[in-house]
Amino acid sequence: MDRQTKIVEIVKRVAGKPIDPAPEESLFESGALDSFTLADLVTALEKEFSVRVPDSDLTPRKFDSVARIEAYLQSRS
Amino acid sequence: MAWLRALGSYVPARVVDNAELAPLVGADPAWLLRATGIGERRFAAADETVASLGAAAAADCLASAGMAAADVGMLIVSSGSAERRFPGPAATIARECGMAGKPAIDLPMASAGGLFGIALAAELTRVSGNVLVVASEIMSRVVRLNPAGRDTAILFGDGAGACLVSREGGFAEIADAELATDGEFADALRLEFDAPLQMDGRAIILQASRKLPRAIGALLERNGVLPTQVGTYLMHQANLNLMVRVAQAVGAPEERFFHNIARYGNTSSASLLIAATEWWRGGDGTLREPLVLAAFGAGLNWGAVLARP
Repeated sequence: MDRQTKIVEIVKRVAGKPIDPAPEESLFESGALDSFTLADLVTALEKEFSVRVPDSDLTPRKFDSVARIEAYLQSRS
Repeated sequence: MAWLRALGSYVPARVVDNAELAPLVGADPAWLLRATGIGERRFAAADETVASLGAAAAADCLASAGMAAADVGMLIVSSGSAERRFPGPAATIARECGMAGKPAIDLPMASAGGLFGIALAAELTRVSGNVLVVASEIMSRVVRLNPAGRDTAILFGDGAGACLVSREGGFAEIADAELATDGEFADALRLEFDAPLQMDGRAIILQASRKLPRAIGALLERNGVLPTQVGTYLMHQANLNLMVRVAQAVGAPEERFFHNIARYGNTSSASLLIAATEWWRGGDGTLREPLVLAAFGAGLNWGAVLARP
């Protein structure tokens, strides 16, 4: 499973509802994520990809779409 | 050694329920309750000030302690919504309460101000004896009560709380404190001069969801206390969902997190002490298990205080 597919799976799991987000689609504007599920998403990403997201990187903008999440993870690897 | 001796509070008489607020901000009352967990809040009357609310809470606290103003060695007042740059409300509250001549210090810190005040007071009791901590806020005047201000207007309310910290005993000994500040996100929650409150709710929740459990965990671990051994968690009443998240992250039962946000909304720095007062008055005055107070807010400032029977 490639990284983007993994991210989509995690987003779906955290959102807890049937969604199929396009890579550039805003996860907030689409209603897939809210303030609280965003925190869960970051925790899940840390676990799945074995990265630690420092507090300074904890901005909603970095996790607003599958593409942005992928770019962030790429920058951390 | 410092103790939590007594608590007190004051909330304005005017109750603003969701049916009254919702049309002002272009929202549905049922949605408002569902989204925030807040059913009503208090709004200060036109002739009330941050200082007058704080003085009423201070008087209530002193009455509960069975003490007079003359018994207090220092006053600390937190507020993020004071009406002017200076002097802050501390001097006025000291005058109103009859504490003339005693040092009265302003802590211009929203949200976490009550908690920081208690932690500071615990240290200052060594030189000042009884230290009275007051947190007072009139948030209804710093939000926009119209559709443009909906996201913040629905959250906040007005009120004041007070806590007497003493070196002469009390219902709980203040054992330790974990305080922290991160200016990286200072713009995420701010109140500029002559402008309404600005809040990036997502960023604040995200930061709080991570920082607060970490602070509570570090405090408990340092003191050899398991999260499940804490009898009560008293938190800044910012958001019910946040309290549930913090409980889960810390590993403590949700029901040990006292909350009254449904009746008062988020009263910023006052909320912790208003909640603490209600919790304290609902008991028999005897603490049997460790107590944790915790808060998070603008700054960002956050932390936790551990108190023991």
